[in-house]
Formats: sequence, structure tokens, C-alpha cells
Amino acid sequence: MTAGGERMRSVRRGVITLVVVAAAYEAMARSGIFPSALVPTLPKVGSTLLALLLDGTMLAHAFYTLYRVLLGMALAIAVGLPLGILMGRFKPIENFFLPLASALMPIPSLAWVPVFILWFGIGNTVSILIVFYAATFPLLLNAWSGVRAVNPLWLRAAGAMGANERALFWKVIIPGAFPFIITGVRQAFLRAWIAVVGAEMIAASDWGLGWVIYDAKEFLNADVMLASLAVIGAIGFLFERLAFGSIERATVMRWGMVRTAKG
Amino acid sequence: MHDVASTSAAEIPAARSPDERWRVVARNAFPFIVVGGLWEIVAHLGVFPARLFPPLEAVAAAFWRLTIAGILPHHALDTIIRLLSGFALAAILGVAIGFAMGRSRRAEDIFLPLVAIGAPIPGLAYAPLFLLWFGVGNLSAVLLVGFVAAFPIIFNTWTGVKAVKEIWVRSAQAMGADNRRLFRHVILPGALPYILTGLRLGLAQAWRILVGVEMLAAVSWGLGWLIFGAREFLNTDVMLAGIAVIGIIGLALEKLVFQRLENFTVVRWGMMS
Repeated sequence: MTAGGERMRSVRRGVITLVVVAAAYEAMARSGIFPSALVPTLPKVGSTLLALLLDGTMLAHAFYTLYRVLLGMALAIAVGLPLGILMGRFKPIENFFLPLASALMPIPSLAWVPVFILWFGIGNTVSILIVFYAATFPLLLNAWSGVRAVNPLWLRAAGAMGANERALFWKVIIPGAFPFIITGVRQAFLRAWIAVVGAEMIAASDWGLGWVIYDAKEFLNADVMLASLAVIGAIGFLFERLAFGSIERATVMRWGMVRTAKG
Repeated sequence: MHDVASTSAAEIPAARSPDERWRVVARNAFPFIVVGGLWEIVAHLGVFPARLFPPLEAVAAAFWRLTIAGILPHHALDTIIRLLSGFALAAILGVAIGFAMGRSRRAEDIFLPLVAIGAPIPGLAYAPLFLLWFGVGNLSAVLLVGFVAAFPIIFNTWTGVKAVKEIWVRSAQAMGADNRRLFRHVILPGALPYILTGLRLGLAQAWRILVGVEMLAAVSWGLGWLIFGAREFLNTDVMLAGIAVIGIIGLALEKLVFQRLENFTVVRWGMMS
């Protein structure tokens, strides 16, 4: 069979799987074994999603969640990247911060939520700080290992060609460490995305996708929950594919540092 | 050659003078002393209320008191049991599904769309749904942890099985290996570095959300619940003691469980250094 035919068959099988799973769910929902508030039918979930999107509440929730994630990420990038790069360049800084980072890293960010609620009160600050905590460590560690992984030969070659410290930093070290840094930003976003949903659930604050899901539990609105889950999944997917994918294409792939994965 | 390198590497720490070892300890302890000192100064200056920002000796006292009373070990034990049962569930199902996807085109076509749809949603977002479906308590927590940990395990097992070199499989078959032998002696060892990475990621993922799940699922014992419950009474010292235990468990999982496992298998087989 040709490659194209095989591909078609894969797509067909994939579609069949999804249709079968959806039909099984639908049959279960309509059978009345489970209360319809707990297992809503798919058209119901769809219409709830549409209604929430049209009256703007879902957009407002998504906006708050994105605001928290992006602000927390920005803080983490502002702190984690420079610190990681400095740690990779200067031994005393590494000696000071590495033990601290290794001690804090195994503590999941969500463990801090109750403490942060006590310190900063319920609201935006807690979620932003939790995102910051969750996102800093992947950034820090990747920047650190990226700088250390820069080929020493490049440094010596640049030095021999008369590059000063500044040119060395911007022209050799930063581009050399960039694949690691991008991986760090990606990992940081994944963790931040989990952390923000959890923080919003625990530190309830009226707005945010995590809060909607948690709040819907009180009223047994499983349709609202599933609709918000779809929105959370869609945003996560878009960020991963569009934002990070295009950053990667514009930088490290263009510089020829990683090859485009085929297929 | 390989042997020489490993013995000389093993001898270096032993040959170190005790003086130098102390210097390493001091260098690692120094940042903690600085941060601890700053914490003490802020706590004793009374900038923040002592209930919210307790000095370290209060945290240590709370730690000691709760450990002696057996409360902290009980919470920790329940958390670990929950983590391990969820993780065991994920490991068995994840490796099985990943293997099926790696070996059979049909299984790959069937499972890939489901996994691809489920994976980008952060696991914790499912928590309220699981609570609604399976009730508040242990069952939901374990199922959710298993569900979340399964994704990286499936992905990595699948990749690992596909990464086994076709030529190894064919040469084993040419030498007359049956399916069982092929699996046991070629595919499993070949895929193991990936599977171990998947298990490691899965456990880390499970650990990161378990604490949050415990807060939401209102289980009666568990470190997440301990921290969450202590907030009601403004017992910040208890909360920080709980967080310290969480950190210790997290560190132990990484250092004791996975690095050992890796050394025993893939490093010994010479597949990773």
C-alpha cells in the first residue's frame, strides 16, 4: 500500500475511534443510568459552550486566566532566565543558587497555595505568584544547562577572532543556549498552565477558567465543566502549537541549530 | 576502557581529603544559612504577625510536635500510598497502551486521537469532574493521579518502542527469536530508557498535582489536606512543616527511586551514561 493510502487509513481509523467513543458516551448519557446533571449529552455541552462564548462570560474567564498566566510567566522569565544565565557563567552564583533551587524544586507549586492565601489574601496575587513559582525552575535550570552546554570551541574561536565579553555574550552564548531556553519556556508554560488552574480552584476568586470548573461542581453543572475543559484544552493546544512552534521556527531552526522534525 | 573510566571515577571521591569534603558541605550549606538568617531577622523584627510569618524555630517545633504525636507520619504515609497506587495504575496501563501503540498500527490509530485530545488539558482541571463522578475522597484522588500520570508514560513508551532499531528486530528474527524472546530481549531493553523517562515524568507529574488534589478532594489524611486545613486556624508553622515534608518526599522520590533504577538497568547495559 502507498504511503498516502496508509495515511488515509490512519485518519479514517482515528475518526472512527472518536465517533465510536462519542457515540458510546452519548448512549450512556441518554440511557438514564446516570443523572443527566452529571453526564450531560454532547449537544447539551455544545450548546452550553456556545451560550457561554456568546454572552462573553467564557471569554472573560479565559481573559483572567491568561492574564494571570502571562504575568506570572513574564515575572518568571524576568527572574529565571537572567539568573540561570548568570549561574552558567559565574561559579560563585551557581554555588549559591543551585542548592536553593534543588531544595525548592521538588515542592509542587500548589503546596504553597494555602500559605500564599494567608500571606497575600484571596485573589489575583496568589495565582500570579503560584504561576511564577511553577514557571521559574524550568526556566532557571534550562538556561543554566544551556549556557554550560555552549561548545567551548565556539567561545575560544570567537575569543581568537577578537570578540569582547559583550559580543561573546550576545553573539555566541545566547544563541548557543537558545534551544535550551526555548525548551525551558515551553516546560515553564506547561507547568504554569497546570498551576494556574489549580490555584484558581483553591484560591477561588470569581473569575478564571479553573474557578468556573470548580464552581460548577457546587451546582452540579457538568455541562459547564466539560465546556470549560474544552476551552482550557484549546488554549493550551494553541499556545503549544502556534506560539512556541513559531518562536522555534523564527529562531533556532532558522539559525540551523535544530532540524525541522519530519512529519 | 569503560571499566577503567568507571573505577577511576569511583576512586576520586574516596581519594578526596576530608578537608575538601567539608568544604563541599559548607559550600552547599552556606546559601541556606543566609536565607534562614534573613528569614529569622524578618520574623523576629515583627514586620509581619508571628502567626503568619513564624520564626524557623517555631516551624521546627511544630514539625517535632507533629512527628512525635504521629500525625505528620500518618499524613505523609497516606499521601505516599495515594501517590504510589495512582502511579502503579498509570504505569501498568500506560506501558501497556504505549506498547500496543508502538507495535501495532491499528492500536496506534485508535489510541492516538484520544491521547492527543486528553493530553493538552492540565490534569487538575479534571478534578471537579472526577469528584462529581466518583465522589469526594480517596477513589477520585487515586484515579485522577493515575489518569494524569498515564499520559507521559504512554507517549514515552510509544516513542521508545518505535525507536527500537528495525535492524535489531530483524536480526533477532533472523536468528530465530520468537515473539516472546523478541519482546523480552530486544524491544523491552531497547525501549527501556524511554520508558524510564516516561515513568519519571509521570511520577513527577503525579506528585505535582497530588497535593492540589488532596486539597480539593477533602480526603481525611494527606499532606495537602494538612496544609489546607491548617490555613483555617492560621497555623502557618504547621503549613511550613508540612511543606518541608513534601519537599523531602519529592527529593527522595527523585534521588532514591529513579536514579537507582536507572543505574541498575539502562546505565548497566551501557545504553546511557
